[in-house]
Amino acid sequence: MTAVALRLPRWRVHSGLRQPLAIAGGVIAVLWIIVVIFAPLLAPYGPLAQTFTASQGPSLHHLFGTDELGRDVLSRVIYGSRVTIPIGLLLVALAATIGGTIGAIAGYFRGPVDGLLMRAADLVFAFPPIILAMVVAAVLGKSLQNAALAIVVVAWPSYARVVRGLVLSVGDSEYVQSARLLGSSAKRTLVRDVVPNVAGPVLVLATLDLANAILLLSGLSFLGLGAQPPQAEWGSMVADGTQYFQWWWMGTFPGLAIFTIVLAFNFIGDSLRDVFDPRTERR
Amino acid sequence: MSALELRDVVVDYHRRGTTVRAVAGASVSVGAGQIVGLVGESGCGKSTLARAAVGLVPTSGGSVTFEGRPVTPLSRKARPRELARLQLVFQNPYSSLNPRRKVGAQLADALATLDLVPRQARAARVRELCELVGLPPSAVDRYPHEFSGGQRQRIAVARTLAADPSVLVLDEPLASLDASAQAQLANMLVDLARRLELGLLLISHDLAIVRHVADAVSVMYLGTIVEQGPTRAVWEEPLHPYSEKLIGAVPRADGSGVLPTALPGEVPDPTAPPPGCRFHPRCPYAFEPCGVDEPPLVPLGAGREAACWLRIGSKTSREETTRRVVW
Amino acid sequence: MDDLRVSLPAGGRDLTIVDGVDYRVEPGEVFGVAGESGSGKTVSMLALLGLLPEGARVGGSVRFDGRELLRMPRRRLREIAGRDVAMVFQDPFTSLHPMLSIGKQLTEHVRRHLGLDRRRAEERALELLREVRIPDGRAAMRAYPHQFSGGMRQRIAIAVALACRPKLLIADEPTTALDVTVQAGILHLLDRLRRENELAIVLITHDLGVMSAVADRVSIFYAGRVVESGPRADVLRAPRHPYTRALLEALPHPEAARDQPLVAIAGAPPSPGAIPAGCAFHPRCAFAVESCAREVPPLVPVAGDRRLACPVDPFAHAEPGSSKTNQVREFPDV
Repeated sequence: MTAVALRLPRWRVHSGLRQPLAIAGGVIAVLWIIVVIFAPLLAPYGPLAQTFTASQGPSLHHLFGTDELGRDVLSRVIYGSRVTIPIGLLLVALAATIGGTIGAIAGYFRGPVDGLLMRAADLVFAFPPIILAMVVAAVLGKSLQNAALAIVVVAWPSYARVVRGLVLSVGDSEYVQSARLLGSSAKRTLVRDVVPNVAGPVLVLATLDLANAILLLSGLSFLGLGAQPPQAEWGSMVADGTQYFQWWWMGTFPGLAIFTIVLAFNFIGDSLRDVFDPRTERR
Repeated sequence: MSALELRDVVVDYHRRGTTVRAVAGASVSVGAGQIVGLVGESGCGKSTLARAAVGLVPTSGGSVTFEGRPVTPLSRKARPRELARLQLVFQNPYSSLNPRRKVGAQLADALATLDLVPRQARAARVRELCELVGLPPSAVDRYPHEFSGGQRQRIAVARTLAADPSVLVLDEPLASLDASAQAQLANMLVDLARRLELGLLLISHDLAIVRHVADAVSVMYLGTIVEQGPTRAVWEEPLHPYSEKLIGAVPRADGSGVLPTALPGEVPDPTAPPPGCRFHPRCPYAFEPCGVDEPPLVPLGAGREAACWLRIGSKTSREETTRRVVW
Repeated sequence: MDDLRVSLPAGGRDLTIVDGVDYRVEPGEVFGVAGESGSGKTVSMLALLGLLPEGARVGGSVRFDGRELLRMPRRRLREIAGRDVAMVFQDPFTSLHPMLSIGKQLTEHVRRHLGLDRRRAEERALELLREVRIPDGRAAMRAYPHQFSGGMRQRIAIAVALACRPKLLIADEPTTALDVTVQAGILHLLDRLRRENELAIVLITHDLGVMSAVADRVSIFYAGRVVESGPRADVLRAPRHPYTRALLEALPHPEAARDQPLVAIAGAPPSPGAIPAGCAFHPRCAFAVESCAREVPPLVPVAGDRRLACPVDPFAHAEPGSSKTNQVREFPDV
């Protein structure tokens, strides 16, 4: 997604991003990114240090309390962001690239190639994402890397579908036909005219998908298929928290962390969608 | 020698298992600097013929020749350079321009693709193209959505001019514009044709404008050309009953209160055209051969052609003609 | 219609779309309303039927059959509007319900307003289809709109409009989307309906040829006002308002010399938010004088049934078909 793709009239970008929800989402996302970057400086203690009194409620020394092994929940939440958010971003980037490329190939070549690739996508779509991710992760073995891989497997078809659709429709559009008449080869128009028009919707999808990816990752970890103990990861922390319901702070704070980041990306994604949709009225 | 020659072109569409013959043997030619109008009503196949003429749509029969060379349909490879001087302007000025690129960039792209002008000279040529079509120089920095329909159509024409075309096919270029813009654009096209020795194949359902602007006109009905000839002659004395009805159906704004002539019936389904002459079920002059054999488009002198048994004579005389040709 | 004013809210303020329009339509006559898009011709009709959007403000008076329509309660208006006034729109693809059969659409309308039972409603529907010359009415009743061509759909829309034997039919650009031979058929149909049923028709169109073929009296709209009106032959053969003249001149002339450029009226019609002061046409008028920019010219009778809103009246004594033109130069549109 290059600068070329986002060549939009300024007023659109301004009005789109000025929506209150988008601003809220943006602020939250930025705050979390700061947390990710400056985790060691922000966390009061190490994530694995079991040196504190176990199962203490929130207090001045431990703002989020401690868990059953005496670890500071706040620090674990902060360090957990370093797992969830970067991996989430990476996953989405991978899925978008793989899916997008497959979709572009399908749309460009059409015919049997298209049929084959889209049937593969349909196959993945046929399963509920969490179930499929569970199966893949279970088959590959319990680790964070395998969970990530499982999520990529589950996520790529949406991008393939979107990109294929756009390649087909833009490819049939009259301005592409004009370019072809002037002597541009199909490949050249693909790069010049189709891709810039594809980037926008893919970006929107990716932003919304990021929220899904994070949820999936947390979900897999919650089920024990992702991050393994003692790693500080939000999903597995919530899982631990459900075992110790009376010590509510153990599961609630990581859960809130997931909630806020997912919400933030959803808000941003919605606004981006409006920004890119030429039919949205200008405010 | 004609710059663009379509001979007995047949175009089939495959749709949901059936084949629809959108063009069933049509012949049109456009000479250098000549403005040829192609008129007909919805479903007659004129847009399809326009696309076949430039290679956007493959033909299933007949031939399309441009400056002596065959016009090959578009494949994944780049269109052959020899065909670059044959261009097409689309009907809808809102979808024929890339909404995300500035006008100047799109024109520069065209020049870059064609590689006719070195990089340093491109900006100047872009300005020249804008001037040719009557756009202000500031247009290069604006996006298509900032222009009116008429201006967008000018931009589209400018883009085709980048290729230094000798023939321009225009598929209903005026249909989406209001009356003022239509007049302005029509004037601009005539001016360009005369100045640049540019042949125009103007497809339109607006008979009045075609009459005003075209040197020769071809009338199309249900996939075939039924009449062809110099515009004035065809208007004053149409030789084919459909042309007669078509011209008579145009209402005149002379305050006379005269109703235009009506044509009974409906255009038949192109998948099941009537036997013999396609127009015969609606023709007031139909007689025996009309329902049996399809009349060919034959020259009738003074550059005029018509496909009508009334003009050609009976079936037997056609057989004789064929025999004469064979021998 | 007397001094009808309609303003619609747009972008926080009210735009005057119709600015003091008056005319009279007699039973059994075709009244042509001509003007370019944005001139207010459609909106003035919508006011009559109570079809204006929320927030529209209406002033003046519209009387149908002696009854004032503008301040009538909605329910009463719908009764009258549904039964005595019918409307046919431009787009034959959307004026019929795509999911209901033709028979249903025809009979439902009739049963609601005339209270006929099913059998009688069906008979009436078949009668209507015959009247608009749809072949094989019984098969047509069972068919759906998408199975018909544009021209046939328009005929069916007219049939639906005629179902309750209205006294007034408003046809808004009924033939604009149709091919010219199909258009000719519809014009013949409208003409016949008018003669056989004493039906008054208001025909809204931008095509002066269509008006010339079928209208008895015409009025020319510009920027929400009527600038000229009168008997069709007089107005079209010897137009007196510079705008009317210019419109007629802009048409491709059958006898024009080859390569003579088409005449276009310089500039563009004003948008409702930016109507010039005084006479709305004065910036584009070759005959404007100083007062034209200050005073809105009233529509006054000039001869017989003719009315004109131009105090300058440059063509008062012009011969029909004279070559005195309004504009010859063309501007590139901005």
